[in-house]
Amino acid sequence: MSEQILNMTGIIKTYQMGDDDQVVLDNISLTVYRGDFVAILGPSGSGKSTLMNMIGCLDTPTRGQYILSQQKVDELDESELASIRNKEVGFVFQQFQLLPRLSAIQNVELPLVYAGVPEKTRKNRAWKILERVGLGEKIHHRPNQLSGGQQQRVAIARAMVTEPTILLADEPTGALDQRTGQQIMQLFHELHEEGKTIIMITHDVEIAKNASRIVHILDGKLREEFAHV
Amino acid sequence: MFKENLKMSWRNLIHNKMRSFLTMLGIVIGVSSIIALITIVQATMNGMTSEFSSFGTDKITVQATGTPLKQGLIDSDIQKLSEIDDVAGVSPTLTGNTTVVYNGSEKKGVSVQGKNDVYFSKTEDLIETGRGLNRLDIENENKVCLIGSNIAEELFWGEDPIGEHLQIAGISYTVTGTLKESSSFSGASNNDAVIIPYTTATAILGSGYMNSVDVYMNDSNKSEKITSDIETVLNQSFNYKEDSFTIINMEDMLSSINKITTMLSYMLGGIASISLVVGGIGIMNMMLVSVTERTTEIGLRKALGAEPKRIQQQFLLEAVFLSLFGGTIGLLLGALIALVVCTLIGSTFALSVSTVLLAFGFSAGIGIIFGIAPARKASKLNPIDALRSV
Ligand SMILES: Nc1ncnc2c1ncn2[C@@H]1O[C@H](COP(=O)(O)OP(=O)(O)OP(=O)(O)O)[C@@H](O)[C@H]1O
Ligand SMILES: [Mg+2]
Repeated sequence: MSEQILNMTGIIKTYQMGDDDQVVLDNISLTVYRGDFVAILGPSGSGKSTLMNMIGCLDTPTRGQYILSQQKVDELDESELASIRNKEVGFVFQQFQLLPRLSAIQNVELPLVYAGVPEKTRKNRAWKILERVGLGEKIHHRPNQLSGGQQQRVAIARAMVTEPTILLADEPTGALDQRTGQQIMQLFHELHEEGKTIIMITHDVEIAKNASRIVHILDGKLREEFAHV
Repeated sequence: MFKENLKMSWRNLIHNKMRSFLTMLGIVIGVSSIIALITIVQATMNGMTSEFSSFGTDKITVQATGTPLKQGLIDSDIQKLSEIDDVAGVSPTLTGNTTVVYNGSEKKGVSVQGKNDVYFSKTEDLIETGRGLNRLDIENENKVCLIGSNIAEELFWGEDPIGEHLQIAGISYTVTGTLKESSSFSGASNNDAVIIPYTTATAILGSGYMNSVDVYMNDSNKSEKITSDIETVLNQSFNYKEDSFTIINMEDMLSSINKITTMLSYMLGGIASISLVVGGIGIMNMMLVSVTERTTEIGLRKALGAEPKRIQQQFLLEAVFLSLFGGTIGLLLGALIALVVCTLIGSTFALSVSTVLLAFGFSAGIGIIFGIAPARKASKLNPIDALRSV
């Protein structure tokens, strides 16, 4: 087996709701290896987004241990978390989350700004990655001058520009029609073939089938399915 | 990182031009009123100071009302005053009103002033034509006089008055000179006056007492010592009777004026800073609205790896930008207002460096003080909640 890049053991996340504690993630253990393409599949309210926030270091577990690229995430402070998000994780959101006032290339540049990369290198890398997702012609377009599929490509370019350890996508096709969604999935396949590690969250079985490994989540509990190995 | 943040802050302010401008207006009004008020006060006070300095800071004026028995100073007092250390000279004044006649035309109620040679040697720009009084005129009680410009005009009709004879209270005086026309509002005008040797004035003005004496100093730094010596002499002369004389020291007057100027500047500046604080609250308000509006953006930036302190800096910079811009515009506007007002009231306009620094310091300070709370709020936003709030 190849290198372990993500390891969760006994992760529990609870929210205080009045007097009760609501358990959203219940004793989750998950290991992801370099080069994996994992789909986390589950119905609405099952805790998918919560798990994704945990993986992306946006949230910290109530209990349990989480190791990402040899770093114990549950022991890091705010600014260390910011740095690990910047270096190790590339986020792709359902609603794209591009900054409307910035052009495509400026949006893609943003994570590099926070990484302290000098402007010239930044522009260069952003431009190359936009070419890679097929938007070399549209680097100066604002988000509102791009179609949904194009916007999601910009978002993917932004997620990949730092060459993160994992690409983390929450319902990446949720806001797109079926055909455009398939194009995005095609792009994910290509990235997977290039050796990228991808974790994709979805409630759609068909979309999940694009992945090489499917993990089911229901009421905060994980169940692995070894469908096609 | 600072440069990037600067760019981002700038971009955001530009995007909300109208809102940024309106927010800035509070600071503009605050800073411009501070600058205008302080500059105008200082210009006016500078004008007054120079008026007072024109009286001369090298002299001490004694006003003596005396006692019922001795209603002023006499020659021996003048003598004692002139013997004080570092006194360059003493110039007494006897004043009164009388009728002056030349060639049949008469002028009533003319101010006649008995002076001595010291007055002429110590006062600059006094004589227009002819000569002033000298020591011999005083000692010999010469019947000579100098006349003010209005007197020269009204009695002599453009004729040269020098050498002519003037009847002052019935006594014939020879005109030796004319006085320069003075326009100063504070200096007692000599335009309507006739000056004669004080030794001859006793006969005309009735009393032999002198009620006003100027003591000239060799060194104005020693004014304190000289003042106390004068006090000693006068106390002896008037038997230590209270309120028999007052001593006016120009140096003291000037320093009181300076004190008043400073106080007034602080006071008006203080009042104007209230509007600056109101402007600051405006900035805080806009920044808080901005943070709320941009919650998702902040969450996204955090997800992409922006550290809290970076977010904080970005928002703080926006606030400081706003207030510094407002401060600059306010400075220009305030200077313009001051310039116009100074021109209208005829004082000299001067913008002091400290005022400019004050304006910038104040506005930068306001930006930081009122920007820090919104900036901290932004930096503390939880990225998950922020991203969810779409
Ligand atoms: N901040 C919170 N406070 C309390 N409960 C929360 C909070 N965030 C999430 N939950 C609860 O956790 C559960 C899982 O939420 P989550 O957003 O992870 O679901 P999901 O699987 O992503 O659903 P969907 O497919 O609709 O996005 C939900 O029942 C939700 O109500
Ligand atoms: Mg979700």
